[in-house]
Amino acid sequence: MKKKKDLSPPHLLYVKKVKRENIFIWIMRFSILIFILGLWEVFASIGVIDPFISSSPSKIIVTIKTLWVENNLLRHMCITLYETMLGFLIAVGLGYVIALMLWWSEKLRKILEPYIVVLNSLPKIALGPIIIVWCGSGSKAIIFMAVLIGIIVAIITMLNGFLATDTNKILLLRSMGANKLQILAKLVIPGSLPTFISMLKISVGMAWVGSIMGEYLVSRAGLGYLIVYGGQVFKLDLVMASTVVLCLLATLMYALVAMLEKIIIKYDNK
Amino acid sequence: MKKLLELKNVSLNYYTITDEITAVNGLSFYCYDGEFVSIIGPSGCGKTTILSLIAGLITPTSGSIFIDGSNKPTRENLGYMLQKDHLFPWRTIEKNVFLPLEIKKINNEKNRLYANLLLDKYGLKDFKKKYPSQLSGGMRQRVALIRTLVSNPKLLLLDEPFSALDSQTRLSVCDDVFSIIKAEKKTAVLVTHDISEAISMSDKIIVLTDRPAMVKSIFKPNLDGDSPLRRRENPNFSVLFEKIWKELHA
Repeated sequence: MKKKKDLSPPHLLYVKKVKRENIFIWIMRFSILIFILGLWEVFASIGVIDPFISSSPSKIIVTIKTLWVENNLLRHMCITLYETMLGFLIAVGLGYVIALMLWWSEKLRKILEPYIVVLNSLPKIALGPIIIVWCGSGSKAIIFMAVLIGIIVAIITMLNGFLATDTNKILLLRSMGANKLQILAKLVIPGSLPTFISMLKISVGMAWVGSIMGEYLVSRAGLGYLIVYGGQVFKLDLVMASTVVLCLLATLMYALVAMLEKIIIKYDNK
Repeated sequence: MKKLLELKNVSLNYYTITDEITAVNGLSFYCYDGEFVSIIGPSGCGKTTILSLIAGLITPTSGSIFIDGSNKPTRENLGYMLQKDHLFPWRTIEKNVFLPLEIKKINNEKNRLYANLLLDKYGLKDFKKKYPSQLSGGMRQRVALIRTLVSNPKLLLLDEPFSALDSQTRLSVCDDVFSIIKAEKKTAVLVTHDISEAISMSDKIIVLTDRPAMVKSIFKPNLDGDSPLRRRENPNFSVLFEKIWKELHA
């Protein structure tokens, strides 16, 4: 950080205005949340909506507490988190390597293009039964689903990032006598870091879709299982409570990636 | 005087599914050690292609190119400067300048010292740890030139290095680059479509024909004055300008 300078009065006024606007935005964000939750709670308690099918914020909190104490919510969270993280890491890692290979060989890229297009448009959920038969009905099937859903997008995003490398910069390196590996290491990989970050962000979402989808299909534990189970026995409190926990976890994971972005990208990308 | 660069009857053909295109046809010219040569020609005549040929990025279909007596272009002898500075935004100025050293695997104490010396000498001492986005266009182009100089090449290839700058900056960067190249005693081949730029900087101007590129005529400005700006004031400047303009549009 630079030393704090003495700001001129109009500059100070401007800074104040920006700060005030920021505070206003945050106040409004919370107000909307509190308003919706309040309305929900009040309507449920005076009977405008039926809390049996809509649940209510207070009931959700109570349910989360009971889940935590009696049904080992932490275990369910850990299972889902484990499946999601592993699915995410495999999809991202493998996707990155495959994208690298496709960047390296134009021929391979051209040969595999139609396969990637088809795999991308195929709804992966349709492969559910096959996955169950192949991987059984445990965590393995769920992780497989998460990988399957995430990896194609990871490959396509990363490959586009690699291919977007400025051809003149490649020319410049070649004029210095660089070989392909050097071009990759000095230019293509560092140059595609911003794409890598956005790929991570997309993949976080994909991994959650995959793991919850997988749990809908096969599991006996995890947040997705709790949601499906709650739906089947008509316990909307359970469904809502699990969804809220899921929301919090997903947000946390996204925030971690956003933090990573701040750490690794320090330069102004112009 | 020694010929540092010589092209002998160089031709280049390339192919599309339907066509065979002759980009360069029997091109021959040379430049002496320490000379500043400009190549000028109608747009699309393959000026950049000629630089790529000299740099060894493309192999000619026929003919040969000699650099410093050898017709295998070893790239240690060569520095290439492009239209834009192409500094890597994720590297600091210093790290950008070290790039050729890393690529050529000569990133040792001595060469880094030389790079730092050049940065200090040409007014970039306080910017070494800054990122390219923090520098002005003119300064960035100066960094790009120093980047081509750090591996101590004998021959510099300049591909319209000023065309991305606004006209004010352009004149001063032109002066800047010229004085650095002269101070470091380099031979330079400049490709440009700007006639006045060519006249003010060069010892020799090669005018090319439309594609396929061949040498149409050669001019030797011989204007006195030790900087491009000074040379622009010479009365012969406009005479020469008119001659070359006519030659290009004949």
